[in-house]
Amino acid sequence: MHKRPPLPHSQSRRQLLQSLILGSVASALPSTTLGAQSNTIAAAARGTAPVIHGPVVDLVVEQALVNFTGQTRIATTINGSIPAPTLKFREGDEVTIRVSNRLQVQTSIHWHGIILPFHMDGVPSISFDGIPPGETFTYRFKLEQSGTYWYHSHSGFQEMTGMYGALIIEPVEDEVQPVERDYIVQLSDWTDEEPLRVFNKLKIQSDMYNFNQPTVGDFFADVANGGIGLAMDKRRMWNQMRMNPTDLADLSAHTLTFLMNGSPADANWTAIFKPGERVRLRIINASSNTIFDVRIPGLPMQVVQADGQNVKPVSVDEFRFGPGETYDVIVAPSDDAYTIFAQSMDRSGYVRGTLAVRANLEASVPRIDTFEQLSMADMMGDMGAMAGMDHSAHTAPIAAVDHSAHAAPAATVDHSGHNMAEDPLALPSKTVRHASTEYGASVDARIDTPRSNLDDPGVGLRNNGRRVLTLADLRSLEPLDKSKTPSREIELHLTGNMERYSWSFDGLEFGDSTPVHMRKDELVRVILQNDTMMTHPMHLHGMWSDIENENGELLSRQHTILVHPAQRISFLATPRDVGQWAWHCHLMFHMDAGMFRKVIVS
Amino acid sequence: MKRLLLATALLLSTAAALGQDSHDHGGTQDTTAPADARDPHAYSGGFTRTEGPYALNNAEHGMHHISEPILSILGDHFEYAPDSNTSSYDMQAWYGTSFNRFIIKSEGSLAQHGEYKNQTDLLWGRAFTAFWDSQLGLRIDSKSEGKDRQWLAAGIQGLAPYWFQLDATAYLGAQGQSEVVFNSEYEMLLTQRLILQPRLELTLRGKDDPVNLLGSGLANAAFGLRLRYEFSRQFAPFIGVETEKRFGDTADLLRRFGEKNSESRYFAGIRFWF
Repeated sequence: MHKRPPLPHSQSRRQLLQSLILGSVASALPSTTLGAQSNTIAAAARGTAPVIHGPVVDLVVEQALVNFTGQTRIATTINGSIPAPTLKFREGDEVTIRVSNRLQVQTSIHWHGIILPFHMDGVPSISFDGIPPGETFTYRFKLEQSGTYWYHSHSGFQEMTGMYGALIIEPVEDEVQPVERDYIVQLSDWTDEEPLRVFNKLKIQSDMYNFNQPTVGDFFADVANGGIGLAMDKRRMWNQMRMNPTDLADLSAHTLTFLMNGSPADANWTAIFKPGERVRLRIINASSNTIFDVRIPGLPMQVVQADGQNVKPVSVDEFRFGPGETYDVIVAPSDDAYTIFAQSMDRSGYVRGTLAVRANLEASVPRIDTFEQLSMADMMGDMGAMAGMDHSAHTAPIAAVDHSAHAAPAATVDHSGHNMAEDPLALPSKTVRHASTEYGASVDARIDTPRSNLDDPGVGLRNNGRRVLTLADLRSLEPLDKSKTPSREIELHLTGNMERYSWSFDGLEFGDSTPVHMRKDELVRVILQNDTMMTHPMHLHGMWSDIENENGELLSRQHTILVHPAQRISFLATPRDVGQWAWHCHLMFHMDAGMFRKVIVS
Repeated sequence: MKRLLLATALLLSTAAALGQDSHDHGGTQDTTAPADARDPHAYSGGFTRTEGPYALNNAEHGMHHISEPILSILGDHFEYAPDSNTSSYDMQAWYGTSFNRFIIKSEGSLAQHGEYKNQTDLLWGRAFTAFWDSQLGLRIDSKSEGKDRQWLAAGIQGLAPYWFQLDATAYLGAQGQSEVVFNSEYEMLLTQRLILQPRLELTLRGKDDPVNLLGSGLANAAFGLRLRYEFSRQFAPFIGVETEKRFGDTADLLRRFGEKNSESRYFAGIRFWF
């Protein structure tokens, strides 16, 4: 395995070096590994992406060779680099982006989080017909927002094989939080395996990449600690329900290599600062299937933006985010070097980079946290409700839930504290309404007592001694308009069957589903209830998702929402652009397995 | 025959029970939707996935849903027993989707003097609950001694609570021959890669089949233990031991022909899938 040339270097020199190294590797490989055309494929540039300033941009999609692990593989790249070039625009720009397809197959680019006309959204078969091989598609749209976003292919597994880049829109007015340094930190994952083969393997054995499984030894350790009764109790429900408490990720570091700005951990991507400077890090989860927990040991992060939208600054030690999400944080480093540490949620691996006063410095790299199994709250939701707990003990001032099954859309509401309570749509409904299609072979469990609190950092981050960001901490800097009550509520359940590796909304894989229809300009409340034991980053294209808490307060504006197991989450949306939009889990394999819906706005 | 019907009834009631096995968890895994369950198409406004005001001409092209059938081949065990110089195998292949599959199950053995036996099931499998498939098809036997038979097959295969893998199939052959085969496996992870697999197989017979040295009732029971090491999830060598015992009329028949009623064997083999 060759060593990467040290960073930073000029782009051209690094590219040349890698071409030389990879070129010689490629020519030595049998043609079956790379295909006969491998001699003509250039090596991809890696590391900090080149920057292209708008408003007119030309992008070329083509194959390139990469070697992240010691094995040379073919990647799908934009302008020959991984990550793809960083696109910089100004708020208010009319942008023109010409995308030329030099692949043998169709391609596409989706501008993740950008509000634009639907035929510019880049989802094949929904927004347009895709970009055929050899052709150029011109995207034209006006940017009426600012912040940190990203872009990626929405075709096949191209995003997973390298097609992702940052998209930064400078605000017309000065940044709310001026800084001296500004870096993009793009996290992603890479597999040397063929992605479709990986997907099919999960269809055959869904826990094939999970090496955190409960063992006989764990059982005897629990017996030794608490006796056989406790050891049995701890496992009873999981075993009866055939649910695996260690199922935190379908893909692990067993096949994935985690990357920071296209650099594996050992390449140590480095951001330079001068002492005394404030540094903005625009952290993007551009991975295909990995939920990351990010922290900079010894350096609190002030979160100033989430999903491109400014939030009231909140200081945290750590945050969790799923594919599709972005957080901008500002740090004020005082030491010479810090590690930017991103471990996967299943604790199978990590990537790190360094924030340092000069190149080739390193801070200590923390150990990966101890693996933590899913809790009963992840399995059953609101344990208090389950046990028939007295609701007066709840901190939330909302209404008690009537547990007897009934068809009323809203639960029995406590009228004492709320003037709006007369309107059944004033607050998000609490009554669980499973779809009739959730009772078939595609769904392995349903949650009858979901939790709707937003202050849970999630499995593995609870009580870890660090201040971990939760959805409850985020408040839009510009308060969101709360003057109107939604006209209706759409309740959808996130569902799956892990044994069969089927993922869906309401038990219907995309191929069996019908679209969700929204009326232009209506204010609609969406309830997403996660009936699975996995965490899903849910991305609704074409409109904002304004997160709402149990009390009906609007908190923050997002394009991708991480929904915890057994959680029932509520957001308001106002579709302003007519057309067809995609709505899906941004874990690529969940999307491909069927957790995908079409939305029609008319 | 009566006993077999009884066994089949038992099998089917077990299947029904398995489908409804989680009533005690607040219905989180019930398999029948209540009458007031939400209509999953209520939000569609009458539009379909491919039709609507903004539908593209080419709406299915590049659709975001991988639902093409796949092929899976599991060589559950390919093993060799040195004592009897016998090689045997048990494999299962399927081609299809998560919910509908064509399945081939085949098992057999070859002994040192060329004695062989093989049985192959060709089945259509259909998911009827989250954890269970129903299977329907044919079984074809072929062996060096006795009489080859063909059967109609109907069974269930799936995962029972507490992670027991179950496969139970009833067979109906010519001249009123009938059989129920039940087998169960469990995976005990000693470590993430070292796995002990107990396996129990029971065969019940509807009537005597003297030419094949089989009697009615519980014909035989086999209990095996295989310890494998997964170099990868897809390839694992193992060592194992299995004890097989014949009962009732089958045991009588074997005794009459001077053959043993029970045997134990040791073996080594490999397990793989792709």
